[in-house]
Amino acid sequence: MGDIMEMLASALRMTIPVLITALGAIFSERSGVTNIGLEGMMMTGAFWGAYGALHYGPVGGFLLAIAMGMLVALIHAVVTVTYRVDQIVSGVAINILAYGLARFFSIALFGMATTSPSVEGLPKIDIPVLKNISVLKPIATDISPIIILGILLVFVTYWVLEKTVFGLRLKAVGENPLAADTLGVKVIPYRYIGVIISGAFAGLAGAYLSIEHTHMYVEGMTQGKGFIALAAMIFGNWMPYGSFWASFLFGFAEAISMRVVQSKVVPYQFIKMIPYVLTLLVLAGVVRKAQPPASVGIPYSREGD
Amino acid sequence: MEKVLELKGITKRFPGLVANDNISFDALRGEVHALVGENGAGKSTLMKIITGLYQPDEGEMFLKGEKVKINGPRDAIAKGIGMVHQHFMLINRFNVVQNIILGYENSPGGVIDFDKAKKKVEELCELYDFKLDLNAQVGDLSVGHQQRVEILKVLYRGAEILILDEPTAVLTPQEVKELFVNLRKLKQEGKTILFISHKLDEVLEISDRITVLRRGKVIGTVKASETSKKQLAEMMVGRPVLFRLEKPIVKTGDVILEVRNLKVKGSIDRHQLNNLSLSIRAGEIYGIAGVEGNGQRELVEAIMGLLPYDGGEILIKGKSNKGLDTRAIRETGVGYIPEDRHQRGLVLPMTVWENMVLGLERKPEYSRWWKLFRDKIKSLTSKKVEEFDIRLGSIELAIRNLSGGNQQKVILARELSYEPDLIIAAQPVRGLDIGAIEFVHKKLIEARNNGKAVLLISADLEEVLSLSDRVGIMYNGEIVKEFVPGELELEEIGQYMLGAHKEVGVG
Ligand SMILES: Nc1ncnc2c1ncn2[C@@H]1O[C@H](COP(=O)(O)OP(=O)(O)O)[C@@H](O)[C@H]1O
Ligand SMILES: [Mg+2]
Repeated sequence: MGDIMEMLASALRMTIPVLITALGAIFSERSGVTNIGLEGMMMTGAFWGAYGALHYGPVGGFLLAIAMGMLVALIHAVVTVTYRVDQIVSGVAINILAYGLARFFSIALFGMATTSPSVEGLPKIDIPVLKNISVLKPIATDISPIIILGILLVFVTYWVLEKTVFGLRLKAVGENPLAADTLGVKVIPYRYIGVIISGAFAGLAGAYLSIEHTHMYVEGMTQGKGFIALAAMIFGNWMPYGSFWASFLFGFAEAISMRVVQSKVVPYQFIKMIPYVLTLLVLAGVVRKAQPPASVGIPYSREGD
Repeated sequence: MEKVLELKGITKRFPGLVANDNISFDALRGEVHALVGENGAGKSTLMKIITGLYQPDEGEMFLKGEKVKINGPRDAIAKGIGMVHQHFMLINRFNVVQNIILGYENSPGGVIDFDKAKKKVEELCELYDFKLDLNAQVGDLSVGHQQRVEILKVLYRGAEILILDEPTAVLTPQEVKELFVNLRKLKQEGKTILFISHKLDEVLEISDRITVLRRGKVIGTVKASETSKKQLAEMMVGRPVLFRLEKPIVKTGDVILEVRNLKVKGSIDRHQLNNLSLSIRAGEIYGIAGVEGNGQRELVEAIMGLLPYDGGEILIKGKSNKGLDTRAIRETGVGYIPEDRHQRGLVLPMTVWENMVLGLERKPEYSRWWKLFRDKIKSLTSKKVEEFDIRLGSIELAIRNLSGGNQQKVILARELSYEPDLIIAAQPVRGLDIGAIEFVHKKLIEARNNGKAVLLISADLEEVLSLSDRVGIMYNGEIVKEFVPGELELEEIGQYMLGAHKEVGVG
């Protein structure tokens, strides 16, 4: 039992960065902008999170990471929403740019291309009440506050999308921007906000990796989690709860793969593939049934051409 | 009665044309005021001015006697003018209530009280007798119900004047009846309705007064009770309209199209064809009558090389079309007016002159190697524009800016320009107004008189009967009966169309 709980706790830790990024992606996609630059935004968050944590403490690190994630997202928004460049092309460019910038600043600020000095994480917390139940101990004690935050964000995202004026309009803009426009809903600002929220979330998730998980920045530490998050969001049918379960599936697979790697039975390269293969299979099986926002990926202009 | 809306001397110019020319008219409280005119007469432009989408170049607008300037659709609705769009502006994945409140949520603090909103919508539905499932996703509703959502949307925002731009174009006859019930109720409650259409029977049925537009000008405003279809048509077109067609007798020539035992296997998105046979001679219009979706489209596509067939043969001037692609088939002398002009007949973002040579661009008159003879094509286009009376600002416009009738005329001009021996006309007048319909029909008859063979497919039985020399009734992928118009009673034709009768071995 204890083992299973340990495993769950580990799965949860793996889930969080994917989950937070996926939740951010929901805001971007439901406003009508595909964001495959999430990977780059996470990378940016991981780097600046470590830098900020080194100089201003973990909270400063997270704030800096979020701000930088938003900045990179702003580039994506300007390029795709205002200048209506193909969203995939822009996303790819963002990823390349983010990778290059992280390396550049790493050399400039840390004196090393690939790692930062180690940094302090946020103080660990216990969940009241649950911590007293002995079986739940591994998942209720000594955990990162960002894990709690990530789970809370699932509910917050749902509430914002389903209950608020902002959510209704954001979704409208992603489904049928022309209709929204004729009803006086300004398409461009909503799309900007959607994309920028995705950047903030991805930045936060990236900083979680460097500040909370590894306690240092390592080049390439996002390992495609931005793409996995996008897949999780699709698997979750562009909904927060669905995305949670999809992210958890990935986190769980990763937790398993780490156990098996330690056991040294199968060559570890194969084991490391599990989460990604799983993602591929899931996508291949699910995407046909998925219902993307009707206008996602299509730039909007009044004239319609 | 009180004048709710009044326009004085409204003029709107587009590059190269005057879409609205010194237009004045008024609408009263509790009135259905119809605006009729051919495609391109300027009806939609005028409505866009009233809702502030366009600003007029000249003229004034008054609401309840007060001079106003409308700055945009939101301003219009704030002043009580609501537009029900011809193409619905709905969000399919939202439910009815979400669609109605979008942009007008009235939620201080930013959190929506959906229960309250739903109650308000329910009250509206009750007041105006609208039957609607408010929890349904709008994408799952029928077109008629979607239109109700659109109307509710403007009522929810407190509209006093409702503009309906060709609301019946997308409805079935039953839905039209239901819409009219709703409109009468709205009128009773004191709303003013501007009803745009070119279907004269409907206009006469629903409206109190009718204003006729032609080429951007008001021709006159008449009371529905004091006018007739004939008078309205004449006002619209500017000359007497024949509701009958003149068709001289011509001697038929060789068989141009011969379809023998054509077989196509059915699938989800295609109807089967069962041993379908027919033949058409030069100087003959062969009409296909039948309920849509009985294999008409598949027949046309098989002839045009767009759909491979599984058995039988199709001979065009004696040669099989098997294995030929559509271009090769067209080059053997087949003109094709496709059913869906936006998908098949035109490339909407391209200019009028480009569309005029679409598919013919490799002819030596129009190009050599990589070079397109632009000047030549443009002067040909200008000539055709004149000849076919195509109304546009410039041949450099993207063709999507033209009205449906004018787009169809471009297709017709192009397809007839290379003197094909066989013309396939699928639903050639769908969505057109009477002037354009008459024109297309005349051109088809002219082609027949000049010894062409015409295959006419239409869902409109009256059209088929008045144009064709021979008619085949299509049912379930077969020609179940062939006859010469006049031979059969309408009732009997209807029975064949519904598959009640079957005659074996025709064709
Ligand atoms: N945005 C535009 N630019 C140029 N010409 C236009 C534009 N909108 C409409 N027109 C032209 O103005 C005329 C009137 O069009 P419209 O008002 O749509 O007619 P209707 O609704 O009566 O069919 C047509 O000749 C059309 O081609
Ligand atoms: Mg119109």
